[in-house]
Amino acid sequence: MSSQAKARSESGGAPSSELLPLAYERELLERIRRGERELFAELVRPYERRVYVTAYAILQNEADAKEVAQEAILKAFAHLRQFRGESRFGTWLTRVTINEARMRRRKEHREIMKPFNELGSEDDEGQLVPQDFADWREIPSETLERKEVRDLLVKALASLAEKYREVFVLRDIQHLSIEETAEAIGITPGTVKTRLLRARLMLRESLAPGLGGNWSRPLVFEKGTKPWT
Amino acid sequence: MDLKCEEVWREISNYIDGEVQARLRADIDHHVTVCKKCAAVLAGTRNVVQLYGDVRMFEIPAEFSPALHRRLLLQARPERGAAYTWILSLAGAGLAAAAMIVFSLPRFAVPALRAPMSEPALRAPVANLVVVSDDGKTFHVPGCTFIHGKSRMMPVEEAMREGYNPCIRCEAELIRRLEKNRASSQLRRSERDELDSGD
Repeated sequence: MSSQAKARSESGGAPSSELLPLAYERELLERIRRGERELFAELVRPYERRVYVTAYAILQNEADAKEVAQEAILKAFAHLRQFRGESRFGTWLTRVTINEARMRRRKEHREIMKPFNELGSEDDEGQLVPQDFADWREIPSETLERKEVRDLLVKALASLAEKYREVFVLRDIQHLSIEETAEAIGITPGTVKTRLLRARLMLRESLAPGLGGNWSRPLVFEKGTKPWT
Repeated sequence: MDLKCEEVWREISNYIDGEVQARLRADIDHHVTVCKKCAAVLAGTRNVVQLYGDVRMFEIPAEFSPALHRRLLLQARPERGAAYTWILSLAGAGLAAAAMIVFSLPRFAVPALRAPMSEPALRAPVANLVVVSDDGKTFHVPGCTFIHGKSRMMPVEEAMREGYNPCIRCEAELIRRLEKNRASSQLRRSERDELDSGD
């Protein structure tokens, strides 16, 4: 066991999302390929959160997400030789996770149970026109300590169509770059930007009534005028 | 340049990510100072990015990591298991080789056939003429009582090529005749030699 791994296990083995230096990650990959298979746990530890959240974002179910995230990591372990090092290990692992979660989703025929009010189920064409103009200013991050706020955000995310949710999760929750997101999902960077814009606007639209509080404080427009014209 | 609200919405995501040209950024900055609606949309979209990007937003279930590492540990073991498999397969190959040696011992060898007639036609001279019948499956020494139906003569070699087997009754006679002929020819040869040397 390496000194870093040893230190971590002594500290209780809590997963750290801090990425390993690229050179060290490559060294680990090489050593694992040469037979030091137990080092895979160290390689994958910084990506555990990403894998779980990605699976959760697609499946929207904690039990399924746990299972699929584990399966994805084990599959990546078993097929490590297929990773050619053209991208970062985490990007490849994310792609494996997305494929695994999509497969599970198809297998369980969840598609037929999509909510009727799923946001953005149409194509990417056409501009999204905001409908709610609540003056949603600064929301302190401390509000996330409140479970009802987190539940509200999770519910809003779940209401997005899958293609927007995947892009949003990788870009804004996992903080992947546009290029990494495109590579992980298998779409072009341009499509990532288009879907990201729509996802962000749809979420804002979806959350504005709750967090923007326009029920009590709607913006007043002049009578007879249409907004955005 | 005065921007339309639609242009601001179209670029709002790139604006937040800092991926717009300086000129466009300045135009958007100016627009949101005079347009409350776009200012609200920009602030709300920023909040979305900030809130969802917060590490507290999604928490990994406490048991996820330990369960995963238990499974990883199990999966890391097959490499050692593979060594055992290799040893087992080597042992299996050794056993197979030993079995082959044992079964090749004389005790297990197939015994030779005892009756001469059990090895039909092995000693029959291929050039000798034999009799075959059209409705039979065997060839015979001329005069064999087992010849039935219309018959014809042919060399042993040809009879065997056509699929005839030797008659077990007269084959012994065939061989006996062959040996008799061989013995008489040897006798004649020795008499001739004696006569030649007497001269």
